[in-house]
Amino acid sequence: MLDVYTQYRVPFVSVPLTLLGLLEREPSHGYDLKRDYDAFFGRGKQLPFGQVYATLGRLARDGKVIAGDAEPGDGPDRKRYAITDAGRGEVDAWLTEPVEPEPHLQTVLFAKVTLALMLGKPASAYLDTQRAAHIRRMQHLTELKRTGPLVDVLLADHALFHLEADLHWIDLTSARLAELAEAVKNQ
Amino acid sequence: MNTPAVPASVSRGSLIEARDVVKNFGQTPALRGANVTVPQGEIFAIMGPSGSGKSTLLHCLAGIFTPDLGDVLFDGQVVNAMSEADRTRLRRTAFGFVFQFGQLVPELTAADNVALPLLLNRTRRKVAYKTADTWLDKLGVGDKGGNRTGELSGGEAQRVAVARALALAPKVIFADEPTGSLDSLTGEKVMDLLTDLARQQGATVVLVTHDARVAAYADRVATVRDGIVSSVDLPPTAASPVTVAKGVN
Repeated sequence: MLDVYTQYRVPFVSVPLTLLGLLEREPSHGYDLKRDYDAFFGRGKQLPFGQVYATLGRLARDGKVIAGDAEPGDGPDRKRYAITDAGRGEVDAWLTEPVEPEPHLQTVLFAKVTLALMLGKPASAYLDTQRAAHIRRMQHLTELKRTGPLVDVLLADHALFHLEADLHWIDLTSARLAELAEAVKNQ
Repeated sequence: MNTPAVPASVSRGSLIEARDVVKNFGQTPALRGANVTVPQGEIFAIMGPSGSGKSTLLHCLAGIFTPDLGDVLFDGQVVNAMSEADRTRLRRTAFGFVFQFGQLVPELTAADNVALPLLLNRTRRKVAYKTADTWLDKLGVGDKGGNRTGELSGGEAQRVAVARALALAPKVIFADEPTGSLDSLTGEKVMDLLTDLARQQGATVVLVTHDARVAAYADRVATVRDGIVSSVDLPPTAASPVTVAKGVN
């Protein structure tokens, strides 16, 4: 289902899901969404206005958001967007399900954790779920190492060390959640 | 041995169980109501940050520490209700231990160290040393039996410690950071041997580690935070692969 939104992509962070998450806080204009996206998730790379409005258009088409009437003012789009129940369900599903435990996924997890803290959702539980998914992948790889040829052992070692690094990030983030919640609230 | 009362309900298939275990050291709480259930034959890892209570939980499960509140059950018996003498006997006959630095007796040879718990259990000397030699062979350190433990490398000493733990054919092996003092490759070999031989013997292993690569040898992994078991991961099975979302787009 999440593959629906693949045309416009910023590497690692799902723009449609992140915008939906931002809308779950309160109905917003495209301009405000872009500003918040850039502040929290852009990491130095701004989201183009065109991508914001195109994404909102597709989300509206798919019933994930509702666009209000156009408001008077400058700029190409002065509509206020509100998330629907279907949109909320999609955000919840995204936050709840672990990301595929591949190495280097911190950016996705970062987005999830930040959004969860913004929305007052259980970021700690999401990190635990991700942690469990990582451990399970590491168990599979360890079993492969025990039964496979040396080349497979080397490959599994490479993956295991990267997954371990992810786990360190997950553990450290878990330990910093209270501090992060304050930072997100005050930004 | 006096048999303590069996509690009204014992979790099915459980060999070791902690129920709402509380343990304080002075004013400092180490465990604040920890619960775990470990079935027979399982390799069970306990992870957690430093000071989370994971080693305290292992020591309570092993009957080394007595909980302030709650119960520890082994094979349906309440361990904390046993007399100190009975707990000692239980540890000596049913449990094996592997610690981070081996904790071998430095004045003794490797063979002496492995034979020692057997001798304490009144095994005849000849049988004890034959058993020790067999286990040292299985652990790949058969040629080190006559060496004092100070003459062994870290990896060799840890293999001797594993041999000592397994030689008693214990029902449970408690391992606290068993690879903590070893390099990655040596640690991996020790874990391979420990888990392979434990499975062959049908022994249950309770393992405390901060190392996720070591925990990945386990059937299940529990995480302890702030003195509470915050999560226990389900075992991986081919029939129930990890459910994942494609969150990267």
